[in-house]
Amino acid sequence: MTLPPILILHAPGTNRDAEAAVAVELAGGDPRIVSMTDLRTGVVSMSEFGGLLLPGGFSYGDALGAGARLALELRTWLSDELADAVRSGRPLLGICNGFQALLKSGLLGEPSGPEGRRRVTLTDNANGRFECRWVTLRVEPVVRSGWLGSMAGMKIRCPVAHGEGRVAVSDSEVIGTLESERRIAFRYLSEDGHEGGDRLAGGLYPANPNGSAGDIAGLCDATGAVVGLMPHPEDHVVDWQRPGGPPGARGLPLFKAFVDAAR
Amino acid sequence: MAAISLEAVAALCPARITAQPPDPKGAGAGGNTPHRPLPRLSSVCVTTRIEVTAVDDPKAAQIVHLVRLLGVVGLVGCRVSRVYYLQGDLSTEEVDRLSREVLVDPVVDEVTLGTPLPTTHPVVEVAPRPGVTDVEARELERAAAALGLSPVRASTARRYELIGDLDEAAVSAISRQLLANEIIELHSLGTIQPCFDSPASGEAQVKTVRLAGLADADLVRLSRERLLSLDLGEMRAIQDHFAREGRDPTDAELETLAQTWSEHCMHKTFRARIRLEHRRSDGSVAVSSHEGLLAALREVTEEIDPPWLRSAFDDNAGIVAFDNEFDLAFKVETHNHPSALEPFGGANTGIGGVVRDVMGVSARPIACTNVLCFGPPDPADRDLPPGVLHPRRVRDGVVAGIGDYGNKLGLPTVNGAVVYDEGYVANPLVYCGALGLLPSGSHPTEPRAGDRIIAIGGRTGRDGIHGATFSSAGMDEATAGQAGTAVQIGDPITQKGCIEVVEQARDLRLYHAITDCGAGGFSSAVGEMGERLGAEVDLAGAPLKYAGLEPWEIWLSEAQERMVLAVPGSRVGALRELCEHHEVEMTDLGRFTGTGRLVVRHGDTPVVDLSMEFLHHGVPRKEMVGRWADPVPESGEVPEVDPTRVVLELLSHPTVASKESIVRTYDHEVRGGTIGRPFVGVRADGPGDAAVLKPLGTWHHDAAVALSVGINPRVGRLDPWSMALHAIDEAVRNLVAVGADPARVALLDNFCWGDPTKPDRLGSLVRALEGCLEGARRYRMPFISGKDSLFNEFAGEAIPGTLLISALGLVPDLHRTVSSAFTRAGCDLWLVGDPSDRLGGSLVDDLLGIGDRRVPPTLDTPLERYMAVHRLIADGIVTAAHDVSDGGIAVAIAEMAIGGRLGVEATVPMVGSRGILTALTNEAAGRLLLESAPARRDHLAARLGPLGRRIGVVTEGSSIKIAVAGGAEPIGVNGDSVSIDLDAAVRAFTVQGAES
Repeated sequence: MTLPPILILHAPGTNRDAEAAVAVELAGGDPRIVSMTDLRTGVVSMSEFGGLLLPGGFSYGDALGAGARLALELRTWLSDELADAVRSGRPLLGICNGFQALLKSGLLGEPSGPEGRRRVTLTDNANGRFECRWVTLRVEPVVRSGWLGSMAGMKIRCPVAHGEGRVAVSDSEVIGTLESERRIAFRYLSEDGHEGGDRLAGGLYPANPNGSAGDIAGLCDATGAVVGLMPHPEDHVVDWQRPGGPPGARGLPLFKAFVDAAR
Repeated sequence: MAAISLEAVAALCPARITAQPPDPKGAGAGGNTPHRPLPRLSSVCVTTRIEVTAVDDPKAAQIVHLVRLLGVVGLVGCRVSRVYYLQGDLSTEEVDRLSREVLVDPVVDEVTLGTPLPTTHPVVEVAPRPGVTDVEARELERAAAALGLSPVRASTARRYELIGDLDEAAVSAISRQLLANEIIELHSLGTIQPCFDSPASGEAQVKTVRLAGLADADLVRLSRERLLSLDLGEMRAIQDHFAREGRDPTDAELETLAQTWSEHCMHKTFRARIRLEHRRSDGSVAVSSHEGLLAALREVTEEIDPPWLRSAFDDNAGIVAFDNEFDLAFKVETHNHPSALEPFGGANTGIGGVVRDVMGVSARPIACTNVLCFGPPDPADRDLPPGVLHPRRVRDGVVAGIGDYGNKLGLPTVNGAVVYDEGYVANPLVYCGALGLLPSGSHPTEPRAGDRIIAIGGRTGRDGIHGATFSSAGMDEATAGQAGTAVQIGDPITQKGCIEVVEQARDLRLYHAITDCGAGGFSSAVGEMGERLGAEVDLAGAPLKYAGLEPWEIWLSEAQERMVLAVPGSRVGALRELCEHHEVEMTDLGRFTGTGRLVVRHGDTPVVDLSMEFLHHGVPRKEMVGRWADPVPESGEVPEVDPTRVVLELLSHPTVASKESIVRTYDHEVRGGTIGRPFVGVRADGPGDAAVLKPLGTWHHDAAVALSVGINPRVGRLDPWSMALHAIDEAVRNLVAVGADPARVALLDNFCWGDPTKPDRLGSLVRALEGCLEGARRYRMPFISGKDSLFNEFAGEAIPGTLLISALGLVPDLHRTVSSAFTRAGCDLWLVGDPSDRLGGSLVDDLLGIGDRRVPPTLDTPLERYMAVHRLIADGIVTAAHDVSDGGIAVAIAEMAIGGRLGVEATVPMVGSRGILTALTNEAAGRLLLESAPARRDHLAARLGPLGRRIGVVTEGSSIKIAVAGGAEPIGVNGDSVSIDLDAAVRAFTVQGAES
């Protein structure tokens, strides 16, 4: 059986590509790190791949806002190929900077506002600084994403490392809409989450490390193919990576689900 | 909600400016720099202003908080906006599109196009000076191109609307002390004029500098006026050399010599012949002579010469073996002077520079470290010498600069320390370290005649000129004014591209040699690489950030993010393809020749024609004198104070207290290999002793790398020799505590001292170096790399001589590491090592003003205990370990309890007759606390023998009880004791985080 080929997109400033490749490989996929240059110029085509992973980093230095320029390039250069991928149900996973770019590019879909304008964003952490710490996530039990379905209700312990990871919404109804559309994919659990607790963080730092509305750590689009999250499940794929506590709650099952969907 | 109100942009304000001749004087000093349009655009340029404001911006709240800490009252709110200026031929629709597509987030941003909205509050706008790296502007230009718009030029500013009751003085104080740094930024009350980069000013000019016939006084004056930092002997050597050549030097030749011969590049003090007069406390004087400090360090490394040593002192970084396949490269640098003037940029480029050092030995950088020494962060209104930034501003800027660069490079910042001391108020120290991984034997170091000289990475600008000579002199009030160009802002994403290119170019064997462009820029990189060959360079092809640089400026610029490679002609094409793939700029500057001369042209204009021999070996060797006097060994008086209160105060001392508010802004997880973290325990808030890393690409075996540091300037004030041994001991203790093998440890030295031409400074430096030599022998650990940063003085006041020891160790099995946090109630607590009644150099001495001038003894045979502890950890018998250092044993025990959120009852040994406080807080060397299951008690006792003793038990409770007892039976004896509530300990330890 051939391993499903997974495209890991590398733009200047991407930096968690190597770990993402390790995670994909351990999950049974065939990772290939492909540069934005090669995709844009057609040296490599997205259609060769079963799934697309946008890893973390600081694409173009995030100089114009996290993921903003990468989002622009996804829209300008790759929109057809990406639309094809989504239409054919191939999974798209954005982690951290990849999530920021997916969201800002519109690929994660949006509740349609009065002017058709995006109503969810990722912006400066509530404490105003970059934050690196381990958190516990829950894959939402009723998530719309089909390929995440096998993980529904499962927990993942892994680090966050970002300065602009706060989910902000334009009005109070947005969270309800996201919930009813089952587009909330991951939420932060309270600090005892990794010891068995199942309470949400309730907006409290540090369990919710950035002040995200509704404790949202990740979203999916209306088709369920596109999934994005701020934390780094690729940094907890083997047990020795965890900072103490009971084993388990690794990020590897997420990558297995992703790779399975890419077959 | 966003309010993208796009009324006719042209009507709103776009300034129509007619082209005018460039301002020959460059930027004005005030806020209203005359706007200078670009010659390459049409004669009429439209400048569009876009102002973007995030509602609920957390940065606004931070500013209000920081203004309060400044002691300025009246500010209740702040509105922070990003301001973008666009110059080019854009339609209203295009401006709208650009701002919607890349600048404005519709969920959180409001945007104003054209004239800012009227406000009654004071407004301060801040913009980078012309020529200062502005990545945001560059990315905006590129984004416009990606959208297919016609070429634009961009510049940026920040706008602060200060809401509250503020007078002019308050606004001025906030601007100068918080919002803008005049060295790199312009600020103005109200709207600032946009600054675009300096325009072209003309042709390359090479000037000749007259040396012939100059008298000594004129030579000295010339050195001072051109910021050459050369002394009379060196100026004379240059004068004689050119007299023999029968001509005067060009400006570029003189500058090249000054850079190459600078203390920063040549380490003249470390190569000097030094006579040391050491007056002991008994009055006797020992005179010794050193034939070169660097040579002495090399010698001791050669003497130890472990089989795993790959390269020491020969290259940009030290290299040791990791496994059968890979080597590790480690380097630590300092960036003190720039960080004093522009903390963010100084620290930012400090990380950038040391990472390039590691790239310069063909390694893939995999982690960063940093050690920071600051003045105490309080009080707000302290009297600072003019020209000195407040220690809090220095700290906050340095921390932000380190995080920015390391995070953006995707390197985990895994280890370090922060030391607060009055001695660093005017001269903060910023040590930056980088670790790299390379396949064994993959680093080529032999350029060949005919190889092309290839530069990759960032463009060259006027930034960073005179960095090397600037850091080879002391500072004073006027320094900030002179050093503008020496201070820079980094561009980590450009460097990230270089990392990818260098790694792949190495694997494809595309180059024969590589080095970074550090101090001295191209002049050093090409000069050093071509030392044995000679080189020919044409500067006309060097890509510039903006036109108008003199040839000597291009040659000497220390612009960041550049590497130089010696590439055989047949491989240049392959390298170019690689660079294009990673969007990295590459330039062919010339070739290595074999003539033994360094020849530089700018087109047809000769710039430099120097003999490599004179350049590298013409500097006269210095003869220097050092004097050191040991202090009178007074013991001081320990006051009668409540020991519980003192222990809590030590826990909350800024040097001891949790550094979470700093360290969590660094990504310490990226690359997925951080096993030993900065914070440990059940709530991840206990202090980690050392970093443990498992490099990507080496997951098929279980060995890991450990990094640690040791530093103690307080001991150094009394006895620099002992400081060296204590710092080595601390670094080694830290490594052993996480499971590293003491037989596989390599050391790095970093000396930060004052002006070495003053005998007392030099005396202390030499004593510390002698301590390093002794330490290397006693611990059987080689020094593999080092660096000195001298002239850390402000207006004649020197820093306390500060030696940083960084240690690189190997953990044989990553599954056999432990942390400092208690793991289980009921476990035994063991102590390895003995206390000392000497409090000299301890934190408690500093805190209580005891005045003990005797430092704790050093260890004669340290390895036995560390080997024993290592084996216990490797065998899984020890479940937690923590080194005893700053603050003493009570602090260390409390830290273990905090990490595990467990109680403890312990009885620590009395020392002499000095009472409980001395027993709890002395900082004797060689001590480790170990946790182990009671079932292992006899086994552990047998293996430790006299090296250790059981001193207590971990409890379920919530209190830390520490008694003190003499005698042979340590447990259960009633004596004096302290009892600290665990919650109170947590609060004391984390108070720093809460306050800043």
